[in-house]
Amino acid sequence: MTSSYNPRDWTIHPSYFSENYKSTHLRSPTKAPVKIEQTKSELTAPSFFPLINHEQENDLTKNGAVDGQQPLGERIVVTGRVLDENGKPQPNTLIEIWQCNSSGRYIHAADQHDAPLDPNFFGAGRCITDKNGIYKFYSIKPGAYPWGNHKNAWRPAHIHFSLFGPAFATRLITQSYFPGDPLLELDPIFQSTTKEARKLLIKTFDIEATEEGFALGYKFDFILRGPKATPMEK
Amino acid sequence: MSFKQTPSQTIGPFFAYGLTPKQYGYNEIKDIASNNLNSEGTIGERISIEGIVFDGNNEPVDDALIEIWQASSSGLYATSKNLKNTNDSFCGFGRCGTGIDPQRKFSFTTIKPGTCSQNQAPHINFIIFMRGLLSHVYTRMYFPEEEVANQHDSFLLNVPKTRRQTLIAKQMSYSKVKVYQFNIYMQGANETVFFDV
Ligand SMILES: [Fe+2]
Repeated sequence: MTSSYNPRDWTIHPSYFSENYKSTHLRSPTKAPVKIEQTKSELTAPSFFPLINHEQENDLTKNGAVDGQQPLGERIVVTGRVLDENGKPQPNTLIEIWQCNSSGRYIHAADQHDAPLDPNFFGAGRCITDKNGIYKFYSIKPGAYPWGNHKNAWRPAHIHFSLFGPAFATRLITQSYFPGDPLLELDPIFQSTTKEARKLLIKTFDIEATEEGFALGYKFDFILRGPKATPMEK
Repeated sequence: MSFKQTPSQTIGPFFAYGLTPKQYGYNEIKDIASNNLNSEGTIGERISIEGIVFDGNNEPVDDALIEIWQASSSGLYATSKNLKNTNDSFCGFGRCGTGIDPQRKFSFTTIKPGTCSQNQAPHINFIIFMRGLLSHVYTRMYFPEEEVANQHDSFLLNVPKTRRQTLIAKQMSYSKVKVYQFNIYMQGANETVFFDV
């Protein structure tokens, strides 16, 4: 067990309150979080490795398809590594994803956007990183969708990601975006991070990861909090 | 440190079919966790926990995800290493969304955790995610009957006395299964204490 993790880097993570992202106004804590020394509670994490079947859950082009049909949209493969801040690969880490379909509609009952559902697309899956920290998902490129934050507000295309890592302290939920999207500049959620940090949320198109005749490849690495260096190591 | 942490982004309103599919009635993928942490072989005192997440207008939040992580009745966390060395089938991790209950309650069926180290009172670790929360918050639930242990808990000792009560659950029922109420206030006079984990 690691003896403690580096703090969350608040020059990277968005602050709780964001003037332009309206839902934060009533939901962001107003008081500073209380400082603590990490204990076993923060340094341990549940083990999901035995629980899931990697092969069946990382292909969103198949896991919602009926009778061998295919979802509509541009097929993509999203792959990369989960590392800590020291660049150390994080094996056996659970990654869960969810996204809307190529028309910009989520299967979630609360999504009322007037765009069609795709009978062959569910939009959620998961996998466990391999011994080198590598993960891979197949999916279709999600569409942009409108939301009520401000006049003519549209979310840029994104995939939601949830990661555990080795400890309760390394838990992360984020969204990753696509390069060159003109909506990024207008999106208060993406813009809530500092300018330097924003590029860390954008996948790179990668011809090496692209599968010939099948799917466009995108690379995205996740960096989780790493073990704090002891004074000796510093 | 050569790499920068990946920035957090909000969970958004539509996580349920991916993260809590069974609770919300989606059958396409299986749950990795639910709001019942117990199984037949779980050792310990059965309890349940329920609560509501309130926003700054005191309105219940209907799209929050609550995750809990707690020690077993003997004070051990069910990490892969510990699981190998115990016959207690307690998993220690639970998830519940607030969009299904008519009052927007979350609830968990679990056991009372044991003490995991000297300066720690029995407690349950919480992470809260929701639309409008750009980075998740960490808090802890403590037990009202553990007055002495609570006085020596390293986390509670760092909290100003006037705010400590936001971390102590209320016992609602004294029947066979104890029910604890633990409401979470994002803002306001009773704003819950969140920890800089
Ligand atoms: Fe979304």
